[in-house]
Amino acid sequence: MTARTLYDKIWDDHVVHQAEDGTCLLYIDRHLVHEVTSPQAFEGLRMTGRKVRAPSKTIAVPDHNVPTTLDRANAATMTEDSRIQVAALDQNAKDFGINYYPVSDVRQGIVHIVGPEQGWTLPGMTVVCGDSHTATHGAFGSLAHGIGTSEVEHVLATQTLIQRKGKNMKVEITGSLRPGVTAKDITMAVIGETGTAGGTGYVIEYCGQAIRELSMEGRMTVCNMAIEGGARAGLIAPDEKTYAYCMGRPHAPKGAAWEAAVAYWKTLYTDEGAHFDKVVTIKGEDIAPLVTWGTSPEDVLPITAVVPNPADFSGGKVEAVQRALDYMGLKPGQKLNEIAIDTVFIGSCTNGRIEDLRAAAAILKGKKKKDGIRAMVVPGSGLVRAQAEEEGLAQIFIDAGFEWRLAGCSMCLAMNPDQLAPGERCAATSNRNFEGRQGRGGRTHLLSPAMAAAAAITGHLTDVRELMSEGVSG
Amino acid sequence: MEKFTKLTGIAAPMPLVNIDTDMIIPKQFLKTIKRSGLGVNLFDEMRYNLDGTEIADFVLNQPAYRKAEIIIAGDNFGCGSSREHAPWALLDFGIRCVISTSFADIFFNNCFKNGILPIVLPQEQIDILMADARKGANARQTVDLEAQTVTTSDGQVFPFTVDGHRKHCLMNGLDDIGLTLEKVSAIDSFEAKSAALHPWA
Repeated sequence: MTARTLYDKIWDDHVVHQAEDGTCLLYIDRHLVHEVTSPQAFEGLRMTGRKVRAPSKTIAVPDHNVPTTLDRANAATMTEDSRIQVAALDQNAKDFGINYYPVSDVRQGIVHIVGPEQGWTLPGMTVVCGDSHTATHGAFGSLAHGIGTSEVEHVLATQTLIQRKGKNMKVEITGSLRPGVTAKDITMAVIGETGTAGGTGYVIEYCGQAIRELSMEGRMTVCNMAIEGGARAGLIAPDEKTYAYCMGRPHAPKGAAWEAAVAYWKTLYTDEGAHFDKVVTIKGEDIAPLVTWGTSPEDVLPITAVVPNPADFSGGKVEAVQRALDYMGLKPGQKLNEIAIDTVFIGSCTNGRIEDLRAAAAILKGKKKKDGIRAMVVPGSGLVRAQAEEEGLAQIFIDAGFEWRLAGCSMCLAMNPDQLAPGERCAATSNRNFEGRQGRGGRTHLLSPAMAAAAAITGHLTDVRELMSEGVSG
Repeated sequence: MEKFTKLTGIAAPMPLVNIDTDMIIPKQFLKTIKRSGLGVNLFDEMRYNLDGTEIADFVLNQPAYRKAEIIIAGDNFGCGSSREHAPWALLDFGIRCVISTSFADIFFNNCFKNGILPIVLPQEQIDILMADARKGANARQTVDLEAQTVTTSDGQVFPFTVDGHRKHCLMNGLDDIGLTLEKVSAIDSFEAKSAALHPWA
């Protein structure tokens, strides 16, 4: 048999039908649903009298709109249109009989955090969601990607997707990361290298020693931002860490089924000699703590660098960089580590898991945020929040002057009341620094949780390595 | 879905690279539970001041381009979020075709589901189309899906490629779900096989 990549293997195991022109009908094992991209799809089912084909494989949770303030049980904390959208999901989940974690459930949270946490996401599966950050689930060695609402309706009705196979791209991170450098820096370094369109048409497999050394949560952070590099999906071959993470989760197999599953998962790796259409290699030890300076995730530089000059770029990027610097209120040559910030946001499907909170708390312990800085931590799920409280992390954040919020997408995309004001500058652990992403006129600098914590203490973008006490790693 | 066969219309030049879906339709407009009515908010933050008045030099606010049906765009159009609200907003405004050197994958897919034709052409041809579009309302371009060609206002013809299945669906305004449900027995047998082989899935 020809040598196959991990992507090839998962793909082959899910082809329901292949047309002569190569178009495939691909079976979907898990369909995650949230309130923003699903109402029109459910409405489509109603209008055509169709049912959800596999309700047991469909999991819904409201996350984008929901307020994260402690008083959110009070309906007045939501705008009318947000309330309608969440109520529509409540109703659709009930009418179509799908798995559901309502706002009032402690397991509610960001869909990409809830899926793995509850054991819905498992190696070798196909996972889709009407959300581009579905790539997150690729950390388990599953083929996971975002889809539009028409495709949401298609999956609801047929449990399949019409797809053409993408190309294979290998991203290898060799060696080990240096102290203060995290999974977030890996994924931003890759986008800096390939550009935001570098992965378009590809599925990325991340591999190499630095990836192997990451925890499952770190791997989720890496895969989460595959889409910011243009790749629909990013994935990582499962290993002992993957099995250990999955074992005992509510929806993971048990007993003999577990043994059978692990036996299958052990076949999920790229064969020796398998073909990749594109290969990118980065030395782990060369990666520094990174920040973005512009309005595209590819606008990334080490914290020790300076704001670039539009003249350093070519083609359409010259105009884009000039526009970005105007928008961001920055000047070429300005030192990145001197950029003063107004706000710190720790959370999102990229960095809202327990290890992210631990990394931030390790920097903040016994310290306070700088006066005048607005700082918030938004755990990725109710269970992450509960665990952080149990571990004493919540108290560290509160003592440091952070707001300690309930779970949701929050200021990552500012669909709920957590938004930046025009000109407000934010150090954010989220995934997109687009114009207006966190609020119209808001200025976003993407970075790791430890770097965000460091910025909160000093009031400006800061090299976290300067604040790291011995034994603390990012 | 509305059919797409042949279109002759005004093309708006948008040379900026990496026009993302947050620019196309900002998040505050995603709170709708309908598909329609988003055209007025297309490119909202580029198109309107905070007080709601139009930003005069934004291309779709200029008299020549207010009725544009084609956008000639910079690289990597539609990057970012999977929101289908982006093609819904384009369509609602009246855009039926976007031409660029490259598109983000999910946006590209979403266009075909909504009767919008995204066309990829090489940089040199985009440069010519962009210059042609800058001539204004009298410079109408023609997009012929059947023949797979784009024709500039002065008659230069550029052929493009398109996936056969997608072309068929666009030209006939076909609903994917209906087509897939014709293969329901294949889905049934796949599910039965999978339940035996991977019962945990």
